[in-house]
Amino acid sequence: MADHAHAPRPLGGNLLTPFTLLLGVLAAIAAAILLYRFINGLGAVTNLNDGYPWGIWIAYDVVVGSAFACGGYAMALLVYIFNKGQYHPLVRPALLASLFGYTLAGVSVIFDLGRWWNFWHIFWPGYAQVNSVMFEVAVCVSAYIVVMWIEFSPAFLEKWGMKDVKQKLNKLLFFFIALGVLLPSMHQSSLGSLLVIFGRQIHPLWQSGVLLPVIYLMTAILLGFAVVVFEATLSSAGFGRPLETKVLTPLSKIMYWLLAAYVVVRVLDLVFRGALGTAFAATWQAFWFWVETAAFVVPLALLSTEQARRSAAKLFTGAVLLMLGGMLLRINGFLVGYMTGDGWHYFPSFAELMVTVGIIAFEILAYIYIVRNYPVLPAAQPATR
Amino acid sequence: MDRRKFFKASLAGGAALATGAASCPAQARDNKSLPPEALGLLFDSTLCVGCKACVAACKEANGMPPEFSTQDQYWDTPLDISGKTLNVIKAYKHGTLEKKDGEENGFAFIKKSCMHCVDPSCVSACPVQAMKKDPKTGIVSYDKDACIGCRYCVAACPFGVPRFTYDSPTPRISKCQLCVHRHKDGKYAACAEVCPTGATLYGTVADINKEIARRKALKPGEKTQFPRGRLGGPDQSYPGVAAKYLDHTYGEKEFGGTQMLLLSGVSFQKLGYPDLPPRSDAALSETLQHTLYGGLIAPIAVLGALTFVAKRNVKPEDEEGGHHG
Ligand code: SF4
Ligand code: SF4
Ligand code: SF4
Repeated sequence: MADHAHAPRPLGGNLLTPFTLLLGVLAAIAAAILLYRFINGLGAVTNLNDGYPWGIWIAYDVVVGSAFACGGYAMALLVYIFNKGQYHPLVRPALLASLFGYTLAGVSVIFDLGRWWNFWHIFWPGYAQVNSVMFEVAVCVSAYIVVMWIEFSPAFLEKWGMKDVKQKLNKLLFFFIALGVLLPSMHQSSLGSLLVIFGRQIHPLWQSGVLLPVIYLMTAILLGFAVVVFEATLSSAGFGRPLETKVLTPLSKIMYWLLAAYVVVRVLDLVFRGALGTAFAATWQAFWFWVETAAFVVPLALLSTEQARRSAAKLFTGAVLLMLGGMLLRINGFLVGYMTGDGWHYFPSFAELMVTVGIIAFEILAYIYIVRNYPVLPAAQPATR
Repeated sequence: MDRRKFFKASLAGGAALATGAASCPAQARDNKSLPPEALGLLFDSTLCVGCKACVAACKEANGMPPEFSTQDQYWDTPLDISGKTLNVIKAYKHGTLEKKDGEENGFAFIKKSCMHCVDPSCVSACPVQAMKKDPKTGIVSYDKDACIGCRYCVAACPFGVPRFTYDSPTPRISKCQLCVHRHKDGKYAACAEVCPTGATLYGTVADINKEIARRKALKPGEKTQFPRGRLGGPDQSYPGVAAKYLDHTYGEKEFGGTQMLLLSGVSFQKLGYPDLPPRSDAALSETLQHTLYGGLIAPIAVLGALTFVAKRNVKPEDEEGGHHG
């Protein structure tokens, strides 16, 4: 592989476009809503209630958001642990997206915490309660955010010309990379374990008990690959760069086999727990279960041949469907399948939705800013065009 | 690395994680057991006349604001427990309402407040020890100064007990703490203190269980004395007639047991109490966490393996920026 041609370079170019302007406006609206929320309380902007104490700010912004940010984790696992060097060019852009995804997922927890000024208690001996799944998630996610900033710092150090710091860091990088694989393995599985203590309040289609960590971890890695394909396609279109099908096709093969394994685990779990029958009841839960299942199974059919995996359109469709499936698994587990008894309803308010949209907008904006100014994306190779 | 090696490596990684997971099954934990001097409440639905004196007394004892459900806001009319209400009496109604404690064409009353579970989900869920179970009395209390307002306890409690004040910028959890703040003045649960019929009784769980056994041994219609206020306190008993009890004592087995125990003539599910397994969810959740993370043994072992592999595979980047794996 020609290293020079693949070395990451800043893209440069104009930052102010109608698109970035729109993103900025959306982010500003979210900020205004959040200001209002901090002054008047959660009830003033959300539809949360005691039957649904968690809404989309947790189920989407944190649980789905962090899973969507698993691209860096999945690629590090592949490149550094399984030594698949050919995917190296995908690592930095994936890591960047993960960095923002996770940092924002971490920060957005604060928006949802009622007594946010106490949030440091989670890390404080004397307060910290180590039996709580949430304790594990919080500590692990925070540690991972720090590790990712360290992992990504070579890009900044390069730009700022701090060569000796970068060199010293490079010698230790392998350790941070190992940590950067361990930590998401821990908290992505624990995000599933959060549901264990809800017991029968979670519909049997999603209450997998001790298999919850396995199911959430497998889909997190799956989502990581899907997001890498998705982002590579979008950024090649958005920044007018050639699509790296040469890397994406073999990558999608790995994704494909992981998907097959996941579907087997998911189905066997439902069968052995005797929960499959509930999928045929006339309920909303059953309906959304089938939508979720379709989003996993269709890509299984779509990407089954090498030829299909060479088609940029099919790759993109498969990735988008997988992202939808992984998202639904989580939304279904935390909201659709959460049943606290009659009389409770929840659907996110407009303001809640706008905050979520604003966070996503901010994330994209930051990504654009960084790749235009810092060496992240591999320099384009005309040959692959 | 060719594909065969790749799969081998994946298998090895998976096996490492699995052994890590299986390495400390000794820490699997059972339901917790009842604390030695456990305190609790006995609610006997057959004695409750629905006067709601306990609802008013609870409000006063805990300084909670009134809540309105009628158009003219004359008096406190909570329909359920909430951020402003820790205890309610609800009615069960069926058909012609002829028979008290009858499931068919009858009616009955039921109390709803914290069960003070023996192995509470709220305590296991809370990441900051704001929910605590007293090791001696077993009272589950809440500390707002520790709480971060994450509402994991609200979501986790199978009885839907902890409630949250969503309308406040400085919100807090509301739940019955068995009037633990009144103990220092020698007082006890306000709801039990004011209950005119002794439907709500306060006492040690040991005394409560004795009283339950005594009532269940009575024949329906048999004359007996019903204590009021506090078991083991001054005698405030009055003569009454035993009702027909279900065999089921709610809270005896449910969810690893609770320190509020319920007697009734109408099935508990009809009264709004969930059908729960004998194992607490906290036991399963904590067993899982301890198996994966107990003593950090598994994570450290996996980190060691990952570091070893990463060290081999990560080649330090040189200044030219050439850095493939
Ligand atoms: S009833 Fe709910 S709030 Fe009360 S101790 Fe049990 S789990 Fe905790
Ligand atoms: S809301 Fe407060 S008491 Fe409840 S789990 Fe969170 S920190 Fe603990
Ligand atoms: S023990 Fe106290 S706080 Fe609990 S329901 Fe009775 S009066 Fe209310």
